[in-house]
Amino acid sequence: MSNDYLGLEETMKSRRWVPWAFLALPLTMYSIWVIYPLISTLLLSFTNWDGVSMSMEIIGLDNFRELFRDPYFIVSLVNNIKWLIGFALICVPAGLGIAILLDQGFRGNKVYKTLIYLPMTLSFVVIGQIWSWILEPRSGVLNSFLALLGFKGVSWLSDPSIVTYSLIMAASWRQISYAMVLFLAGLKGVPKELVEAATVDGAGPWKRFWNVVLPMLKPATIVAVTVSVIDSLRAFDIVYVLTRGGPFYSSSVMANYMYIKTFNNYRMGYGSSIATVQFLITLVFIVVYMRNVLKREVENE
Amino acid sequence: MKRTLFYIFATLLVLVWLMPFVITAFTSLKSMDELMLGRRWWEPPKEVRLENYATAWNDANMGRYFLNTFIITVPSVLGALFLSSLGAFALAWYDFKLSKTILMIFVGGMLIPFQMLLIPVYRMSMSFGIYDSYIGVILFHIAFQLGFCTFFLRNFMKTIPESIFDAAMIDGAGHFLIYRRIVLPLVVPAMAALGILEFTWIWNDYLWSLILIQSDRFKPVTLGLVNLQGQWVTSWNVMAAGSIIAAVVPLVVFLLFQRYFIEGLTVGSVKG
Repeated sequence: MSNDYLGLEETMKSRRWVPWAFLALPLTMYSIWVIYPLISTLLLSFTNWDGVSMSMEIIGLDNFRELFRDPYFIVSLVNNIKWLIGFALICVPAGLGIAILLDQGFRGNKVYKTLIYLPMTLSFVVIGQIWSWILEPRSGVLNSFLALLGFKGVSWLSDPSIVTYSLIMAASWRQISYAMVLFLAGLKGVPKELVEAATVDGAGPWKRFWNVVLPMLKPATIVAVTVSVIDSLRAFDIVYVLTRGGPFYSSSVMANYMYIKTFNNYRMGYGSSIATVQFLITLVFIVVYMRNVLKREVENE
Repeated sequence: MKRTLFYIFATLLVLVWLMPFVITAFTSLKSMDELMLGRRWWEPPKEVRLENYATAWNDANMGRYFLNTFIITVPSVLGALFLSSLGAFALAWYDFKLSKTILMIFVGGMLIPFQMLLIPVYRMSMSFGIYDSYIGVILFHIAFQLGFCTFFLRNFMKTIPESIFDAAMIDGAGHFLIYRRIVLPLVVPAMAALGILEFTWIWNDYLWSLILIQSDRFKPVTLGLVNLQGQWVTSWNVMAAGSIIAAVVPLVVFLLFQRYFIEGLTVGSVKG
C-alpha cells in the first residue's frame, strides 16, 4: 500500500515468525515433558510392556478389559468417586459457608481469613503426617478425645470400611480452605447495593443468599466444583503417605493403584491404562473448566 | 448481638480448624515421656524441649533435605517464570492462527492427572542421564509449571494497552527489545505474585521427587519427612518437629505475601 508511511505492513509480515521465536523454548520444553509423555502413555496403554525388556506387544484393548475385571481397580475407582462426592458436595459448600461467614464486615475478619487459609499452604505430606497422629488408633488425638468423652475409639486407618472417609476428612482440611478462597474472591464481585436493595424489599437473609448472592457466585461455584473434582480424581500424596492404599487396597485410589502397578509390579502397559482411564474421566471436567474459564477470558478481550 | 454471635462462631471455627496445627506444634516441643503419659495432645508442653528440633535437623537429616528443597525450588521457579514470560508475550501480543490452541494446551496441561506423565518422564530422565539428580526434577518442574505460568502472565500482559506496543514499534524498537524493555518491567509485579505461588507449589511437591530421585543426598524435605517414618515412627515429637521444619517456609512465605498468594490463586477463576 502506498500510504503505509510507517512501514507497519512490513512489521505485520515479519510478525508471522516472531511469536514462534518467543514460543520456541517454552513450547519445546512443554512438548518434551508434558505433551510427548501424555501421548506416550496413551499408546503404552495398548501394550503389555513390563518396563524392563526391550520388546513389547500391542495387545489392543486387553488392558482395559482386564481393568474392569480387576477388583482392586474397581475399589480404586469407587473410592475416587467417594473422593469426588466428598470434595464437590462437602468441601465446596463448606468453603462457601465459611466464606459467607467471614465476609460479614466485622472488624478482624481478615485475621480469621488468614488463619483459615493456613492449611492451604501445607504439602499433603505434612498434612498426612499431622493427621497420622490425629487418627492413630491407640493413643491418637481423636481417640484420646473420644475416650475423654467416654466413647470407644475408632480404627480410623485400619478399618477397611472407614479408612477412605478418614483420608477424605484429612484432605478436606486443605480443600475447604481452597474453596473458601475462590468464594471470597467471588463475593468481592457481588455489589453491596444489590444485597441492600433486597433487604429494603423485605427479603430475609436466606432469600437474599439464595436469590441474590448465589446467582452472582455462579462463576466461582463452577470453578470451585470443577477444580475440586479434578483434584479429587488425582488424589495421591495423602493416600500414599497415610495408608499406601491399604489395608488390602481398601483405601486405594486410581492414582495410587497406578503407581503400585507401574513401579512395584513393573506393569507399565497396565499402569498406563489405569492412567488413561483416570485421564479420560478427568478430561470431562477439564473441558467444563476450560469452557467456562478460558472462553470467558478470551471473549473479554 | 449479631456481632457477638459472629465472634463466638468464628473463633470456635478457627480454634477447631487450627487444632491440628496447634497439636503438632505442642507435640514437637514435648518429651516422649510426657506424650505417652498424658495422651493430652491439646495441652501445652509442661517443659519445652527444643532438642526435638535439633534431633530432626541433625540426626534425622532434615537439614540436608531442607537445603535440597531450596536447591530444587529456586531454579525451578526462576526457570518457569522466565520461559513462561516469553511464551506469554507471544500469546498476548501477536495474532496468529494457533495462538488460542496453544493457550488451551497450556491450560489443559496443568489440570491433567500426573499419572498420565509418570512413566514416560521417568523413562526419559533415565535415557537423558538426569535420573536421580537435581536437574532432572528441576527441568520437569519448569516444563510442567509453564502451563499455569503462561496462562497467568498472558492474562496480565493482555491488560497492558496496545498503544505502548505500537508506539515502540514506530520508534523502531525490535520485538525482543519491546519484550525486554517495555513488557517485562511492567509484568514484574505479576511475576512476583506468580513466583510466590509457584514457590510454595514446588516446595510442597512430593510425587515428582519420589519418581525422579533415589539417593538420600538429593531428596527434598517432603520425601525426607516420609523417610523419617521408618526410623523415627515411634518418636512422635521428632516427627512433629520434622513436619514443622517441612512446613515453615511455605507458611512464612504465605503470611508475608498473602495478598499476592490469594490473587494468584484466583486468577482466571472468578473474572467475568
